[in-house]
Amino acid sequence: MSKRKLPSGSVALSQYRDQHFRGNRGEQEKFLLTSTTLYVGNLSFFTSEAQIYELFSRTGDVKKIIMGLDKVQKTPCGFCFVEYYTRADAENCMRYVNGTRLDDRIIRTDWDAGFKEGRQYGRGKTGGQVRDEYRTDFDEARGGYGKMLASKIRRTSDISS
Amino acid sequence: MERRRRRTDSISDDEDDDRGRKRRKIAPDGVDIEDRLESLITRVGERSTSSLESNLEGLASVLEADIPNYKHQIMKILCQCVVNLPEKLTVYTTLVGLLNAKNYNCGGEFVEMLVRNLKEALKTGEFENARMMVRFLSDLVNCHVLVATSLLQMFDSFVEVTLEDNIPQVRSDIYVYLVLSSLPWVGRELFEKKESDLNSMLVTIENYLSKRQKIHLPALRVWLNDGPHLQEEYLDCLWAQIKNLRNNKWIEKQILRPYLAFDGVLCDALQHTLPQIIPPSHNKSMVYPLPRVVFRLFDYTDVPQGPVLPGSHAIERYLIEEQINRIIHTHHLERKDCAAALLEYPAKAKIPLNYMIVEVMFGQLFELPRPPYIEIFYGSTFIELCKNQPTSMPEVLAQASEMLFDRLDSMHSICIERFVHWFSYHLSNFQYKWSWEDWVECVAMDPNAPKSKFVREVLLKCLRFSYYQRVVESVPESFAALLPPEPKPIYKYEQEGAGSLPGTMHAHKLMSAIKSKCTPEEAAVLLKDLPNVYPNGQENENSSFNPLKIDVFFSTLLHLGSKSISHSFAALAKFHPNLKSLAEFDDGKICLLKVLYETWKNNQQMMVVLVDKLLRTEVVECSSVANWLFSFEMQHDFTSFYVWEIMHSTIKKMSRHVDQLQQEVDSAHDKQEAAKRKEADGLEVGDDDIPSDEAIERMEEKLEAATSAQKNLFLVIFQRFIIVLTEHLARCESAGVDYNTPWYKWVIERLQQVFLMHHELVFRYINTLEQLLFTSDIDIHILEVFQQFCALRS
Repeated sequence: MSKRKLPSGSVALSQYRDQHFRGNRGEQEKFLLTSTTLYVGNLSFFTSEAQIYELFSRTGDVKKIIMGLDKVQKTPCGFCFVEYYTRADAENCMRYVNGTRLDDRIIRTDWDAGFKEGRQYGRGKTGGQVRDEYRTDFDEARGGYGKMLASKIRRTSDISS
Repeated sequence: MERRRRRTDSISDDEDDDRGRKRRKIAPDGVDIEDRLESLITRVGERSTSSLESNLEGLASVLEADIPNYKHQIMKILCQCVVNLPEKLTVYTTLVGLLNAKNYNCGGEFVEMLVRNLKEALKTGEFENARMMVRFLSDLVNCHVLVATSLLQMFDSFVEVTLEDNIPQVRSDIYVYLVLSSLPWVGRELFEKKESDLNSMLVTIENYLSKRQKIHLPALRVWLNDGPHLQEEYLDCLWAQIKNLRNNKWIEKQILRPYLAFDGVLCDALQHTLPQIIPPSHNKSMVYPLPRVVFRLFDYTDVPQGPVLPGSHAIERYLIEEQINRIIHTHHLERKDCAAALLEYPAKAKIPLNYMIVEVMFGQLFELPRPPYIEIFYGSTFIELCKNQPTSMPEVLAQASEMLFDRLDSMHSICIERFVHWFSYHLSNFQYKWSWEDWVECVAMDPNAPKSKFVREVLLKCLRFSYYQRVVESVPESFAALLPPEPKPIYKYEQEGAGSLPGTMHAHKLMSAIKSKCTPEEAAVLLKDLPNVYPNGQENENSSFNPLKIDVFFSTLLHLGSKSISHSFAALAKFHPNLKSLAEFDDGKICLLKVLYETWKNNQQMMVVLVDKLLRTEVVECSSVANWLFSFEMQHDFTSFYVWEIMHSTIKKMSRHVDQLQQEVDSAHDKQEAAKRKEADGLEVGDDDIPSDEAIERMEEKLEAATSAQKNLFLVIFQRFIIVLTEHLARCESAGVDYNTPWYKWVIERLQQVFLMHHELVFRYINTLEQLLFTSDIDIHILEVFQQFCALRS
């Protein structure tokens, strides 16, 4: 009922800001507030583009999906960008798809300022997403243990064998 | 959607917005006073540590003190609460009652403002808001703010609409509904004070209701028959409930009435008289709410324990439904808040709340013509409800699913489709766990039998959400016959026996050329010497397209892009010019779509996605898609859901295209006029952004072409429907068998769906349809569907 200017609730912008964005904070926010593109996180490495299509089409026609790839291996590494034709459809996605399951995993969606070439690659040192470097739990759908922990485990077993 | 859309802001905001903002004051602590008032007022009645009565008393005192400085703002906020928070209606009527007792003028001004808003809402067709205001005014009688007689006068003037001549029934319906849906609140008071006036009004209403036409009813029913529960028209049902209420001396047990606690204060207050409120007269452009049919899933025997579910003609059933509907309306943009608010239902201990929530939510999801909110809202809110109540909600939902499944044979196809959408989505969020064994009966059924179809379509959707192996592992082995095929592409030029096909050599050459990144021109050259024959070698006498070229080129392209949707898109984009020129004319476009089907018939999602792309890139036209779906080659899949997914998405794309062109024309006109006005005022006009007359003319031509394409699309679809249905009816008649087969039910209800899903659009062309297609010459079964549709607005 109030005269809110900024979107609130499920369609509000989150705290996260892409550090690689070219431009200042104001510009970035302007893009985020009008964007029809969403970042989608916590996907299984095995989830296909077609599955993402199916779920995300439930809130409107999907224009494009760009799968996030491991920089080195060029295989899916657990995130993607989904672009809709309209802002309204993307908003409904934030409202009704964010936090529900795809391939048995609770996925997360967030506003994205729009896809730029290069952003489809993981930014971790080993090629995947940064979060998969430091993770300490075992997540089978995301390559098992985090990369750091996994290499530690490998080294330990190399020594002991 | 239209009916429930919130446009309350436009009612009173415009005029005061500027003034209001200038006058806004900041309190010493920096908080905007208006915001604080708003927050105080909108939050009263929410859960709190102190009693509602003391909160109301406190708030009334605060507001009393603020009235000298902020009267207008307070009134405005209260008026917004009337339409935006009607689930707390009696809380706000009590508050207004208390304010009126403290300050008579203030009560009067509030009533004046609300009446102004009501008149505006009636004039602009915001009937749902109007209904909430009428109900509020009614309850103000209980709070000693309004005189009962004056409310009855307003009711009488609404009921008099039923006596008007030459008006659509939907107009008199809505005015009767405004009155009936307020009676549970104020019936008792009117009964005590003005019994004979109340009774004579009810007689007029009863007369009216007994004479209503109900041709539209079959078009809106979720179930075709009345077992186990009656499928009632909304006014008939409410009337039965009101009659029961009257028999109980107008006493009900659901409405929270906080004003009772303040009786001592309120009964001393002076009352106001409502000014005369005459319904604005009918005009042709007014769109009234469509009639509805009340959805019933449960009765008291379905609820194993705990409080009893009120019967379908108990006023309590209506009041609970109303309250749940309003909670959903308020929170539908935030599914978590919505689930929480539903489970916090004020009188939850007295009713089987989960059953009521599930019934109302399914009632909305299955509402015809369209659900009030986007379908996935219901699915994701059910998930939240299950999360919040993990021990009880999944059970009720499973029970509901079983019951819906049991009643599939009489369920409307449109609703079966929505059930499939929801159920598959729900399963995808709960690891595809379901007691499939209970449904094993459908394995042996006719593939077009509703239950068999339902399970097949659910599995197809599950396949799209997951992957083939997952679906196979999710169902018992006995379900093998219902499983979809593995969603792989078919490429005939690499299959066994391809050597004898006339196109194989070219296909292989083309494949290696494309793999070594040839240009579109080079690819075209490769196909140059292919003869104009069909892929099986049969001569093609139509010179407008070459089926062999299309087949070789398009199937090879699809094959090479088959790795993923993106790969396919990239292939289509690169060779777009080739596709355009191969399918330049209509027959070529349909041929192209047939090649798509031959390649991807085992992967429906791919077909849906690629048809969408071919339409958007203007390789094919909307009418070619419609003709293709009705073609001989697609007959086998004609009752498959994906065919209709493609059909409706095609109609939608067409209409969005028209809307967009319309907007462009409108905004060009606006710009031009603004420039002219500036010029007339002697101001300088920059000429870069002003469209010229010629430019506008070109835009209008484009719009006209698109509109006629849209009309043509509907004509094609309806004509093809009439042809297939007439053929079926004639065939059955000559064979002396029952026409009412499962196939027939799917198809005639798909025809209904085209009318209902796009009803605003179809109404635009209704005269043309009546003159050209739905004439008295066609079979009555088909004509009936058209007549029922027309009756929705008559």
